[in-house]
Amino acid sequence: MLLPLAAEASNLQVVWYILIAVLWIGYLILEGFDYGVGMLIPFLGKTEKERRVIVNTVGPLWDGNEVWLLTAGGATFAAFPGWYATLFSGLYLPLFLILVGLIIRGVSFEYRAKNPDARWRNTFDWMAATGSFIVSLVFGVGFANFIIGMPVALAEGSNHLHVFTGGFWSLFSPFALLGGVVLVVLFLFHGANFLALKTKGVVHDRAKAFSAKVGLAAIVGGAIYLVWANIAYGWGAIGWVLTVLAAAGLIGSWLAIRAGRDGWAFVATTVTILLVAVWIFGRMWPNLGFDNSAAAMPLDRVTAASTDLTLTIMTGAAVVFVPIVLAYQAWTVWIFRKRISTHNMPDDVAVAA
Amino acid sequence: MSPETIARWQFGITTVYHYFFVPVTIALSLLVAVMQTMWYRSGDEKFLRLTKFFGKLFLINFAMGVVTGIVQEFQFGMNWSEYSRFVGDIFGAPLALEALLAFFLESTFLGLWIFGWDKLPRKLHLMAIWLVAIGTMLSAVFILAANSFMQNPVGATYNPLTDRAEMTDFLALLTNPVFLATFPHTLAAAYMTASGFVLAVSGWHLARLNKANRTAQEDADVDAYRWAAKLGAWILLVSGAAVILSGDFQGKVMYQVQPMKMAAAEALYETAGGDGEMAPFSLLTIGTLDGSRPLFELHVPGVLGLLAKGDPYAQIPGIRDLEAQYTAELASAEFNLPVDGGENALQAAYADKLRTVGITEFVPNIPVSYWSFRIMMTLGFIAMAIGAYALFVLRKGRLPKPSAFWNVLMFTAVLAPLFGNSFGWIFTEMGRQPWIVAGVLPTASAVSPGVSAGEVFLTMVLYTVIYGALAVVEIGLMNKYVRLGLPAEVPPVEIKGEDDVLSFAY
Repeated sequence: MLLPLAAEASNLQVVWYILIAVLWIGYLILEGFDYGVGMLIPFLGKTEKERRVIVNTVGPLWDGNEVWLLTAGGATFAAFPGWYATLFSGLYLPLFLILVGLIIRGVSFEYRAKNPDARWRNTFDWMAATGSFIVSLVFGVGFANFIIGMPVALAEGSNHLHVFTGGFWSLFSPFALLGGVVLVVLFLFHGANFLALKTKGVVHDRAKAFSAKVGLAAIVGGAIYLVWANIAYGWGAIGWVLTVLAAAGLIGSWLAIRAGRDGWAFVATTVTILLVAVWIFGRMWPNLGFDNSAAAMPLDRVTAASTDLTLTIMTGAAVVFVPIVLAYQAWTVWIFRKRISTHNMPDDVAVAA
Repeated sequence: MSPETIARWQFGITTVYHYFFVPVTIALSLLVAVMQTMWYRSGDEKFLRLTKFFGKLFLINFAMGVVTGIVQEFQFGMNWSEYSRFVGDIFGAPLALEALLAFFLESTFLGLWIFGWDKLPRKLHLMAIWLVAIGTMLSAVFILAANSFMQNPVGATYNPLTDRAEMTDFLALLTNPVFLATFPHTLAAAYMTASGFVLAVSGWHLARLNKANRTAQEDADVDAYRWAAKLGAWILLVSGAAVILSGDFQGKVMYQVQPMKMAAAEALYETAGGDGEMAPFSLLTIGTLDGSRPLFELHVPGVLGLLAKGDPYAQIPGIRDLEAQYTAELASAEFNLPVDGGENALQAAYADKLRTVGITEFVPNIPVSYWSFRIMMTLGFIAMAIGAYALFVLRKGRLPKPSAFWNVLMFTAVLAPLFGNSFGWIFTEMGRQPWIVAGVLPTASAVSPGVSAGEVFLTMVLYTVIYGALAVVEIGLMNKYVRLGLPAEVPPVEIKGEDDVLSFAY
């Protein structure tokens, strides 16, 4: 039986919106430090062994962390096909940049050690840094645009497919550009904290010193960005509460790293990323980050959603497998919990598999 | 060129390239797991050295599969937004499940396997590589279930209110006859590729080491390579047989659900067989350049009927009759691709809408379908022949003589199954045209309306450049590590303390 579309979201749609937000949050927290560490390889590693220490803090983890993005993408496709279709085609060139960034970063991590040549390694270190930078910057610009609301309209000749009508250059508003810069700085802060937590010796000291500097930039930039967001695109008192807590997280992290409490500093940037992401996804409800003012039919959590049957099946899978994934990823982090230093690095690279 | 044509080229380039790395990843992960299991059980260092050697080659390959795989998931939405919207309710679920069940498993446990030699107890470390292998196979289950839906869209109906296909039965996706045939076929083809690779690498080293005055170390190497070469050759033969059997099954299913694809594969313009006549199997058909009619034909009678329906006298519909049938059905009755009274619910439900969308051309590119089908099979048979010959050469402790001929054979043992996979996919996807979802959504109506031809062209060129550069790096590394051969000695596998030097680091 065919029922007309409801105006209110069903429980399943709410659940899947939250689940997609959770996947994004997992991605931003986990890959956030990967990107930060990636950007810092050429700057905090002066010698080959120091660079190897830096790469090896994320070496066993980055690939599993990246799957959070793939799963967020896949879940959006499955639960809200209309969202996936319009978002991915609308952000065509930015997503291409992200793909290029992810490709060169991933290859760099895996291939840098496969050849003892200094030039080879230096090239891949810079590629890892560039790739991590591009992805952070573009996602920062992208999320700012979701906050603003991307204008959409029905595609010509279609009653159901929406297209982004803003055009490529509209994505680079001052607020969006600030978003890009702030995300890069936030990930640098988060990554430096992770590096400080995971290393000993000279790399640790450098990471700590850098974190204390970039932390200030993150506090100032983050404050401007969030106040601007709340005033121009705010969504009420809860938004302000989240903002204050996020700001407290940043300041707390900065104080902690200066006090030599690496673990607490990392926890605090983690919480900050979580709070900012909750703010953004709160703002994106119910229009999924789209501006429907010019659309004959809105693109939102109801019109974009899959059927209840699909959502029910997916919910079953998520209830079983998300906890399993969390458990074995947490176990992996535990296995590789020890701090490493240049003393742990083998002299040659007779790399065994 | 239209955006549709460029988007199809982009999909073709990125997908064929991605699939150079997939079969080896799927099957070599399991072969490495088997080698490590042999070491775990026997304690024989030979197997540890093989594990490390092929493990490293596996990792070089895996990295490329990972980074090119992200493009695959994104480009459905980027280039094919109407397709994504139209089938997302069905097609999205296996993709999400693939990420949740397979990608997390393989990438997390691969990290543990690479870096865990000196951190995990042996049993747990062995489990890690097995979970990687299981993850790659789970991945194949989901992505092939999704592709099989495009070939034969079961378990769904059309909802005019939302103007899209909607799921009615999830289990139907996993019991889709196309999936049941495609899964073993694709998996066995992956095993042909990886076993061809193991045979080739080991066989090349064996010829190199076939000399008088071998050192003790070289004798140990010969022993290990012999074991691996024979394993590769045997698996190549067994998986080759599985490819043939599953391919035969798949052909019969495909004659039911997409008779046009199989007619194109045979360049069978006129209906043949039936009424006591035998349908011929084409050994060679050369058509006009536009593929509209045959110029020269060389046939074996009866074989086509056997392949398609298990009966040499079966009637096999030709391209012209199918074309006329589809045109008539679309104009008047319910539109359906399957023959012999089969009906597809989604195709039937969508027929009304399809009439308004309008489609007049039902024939895929015949030369591409015909030749890709034949090249696929030929390459598979060549690989199997090399496997059999290698077993003959290696019989009773013998070694291959170093020669250019042997080296060519070994190269072919890798490349034949590898390109066989490519041509199989080119045939499957090109033969389905002009449909993106067989009998439902024309490919032309699936592209992203908001994306310009210039954008797709630009990114296509850039993907090609980046992928080309990556290919140079990848082949260079493969060449280097294949030539280096088995590690001379392996460090003892032991759990390390906090201040020890790591056994493995990037």
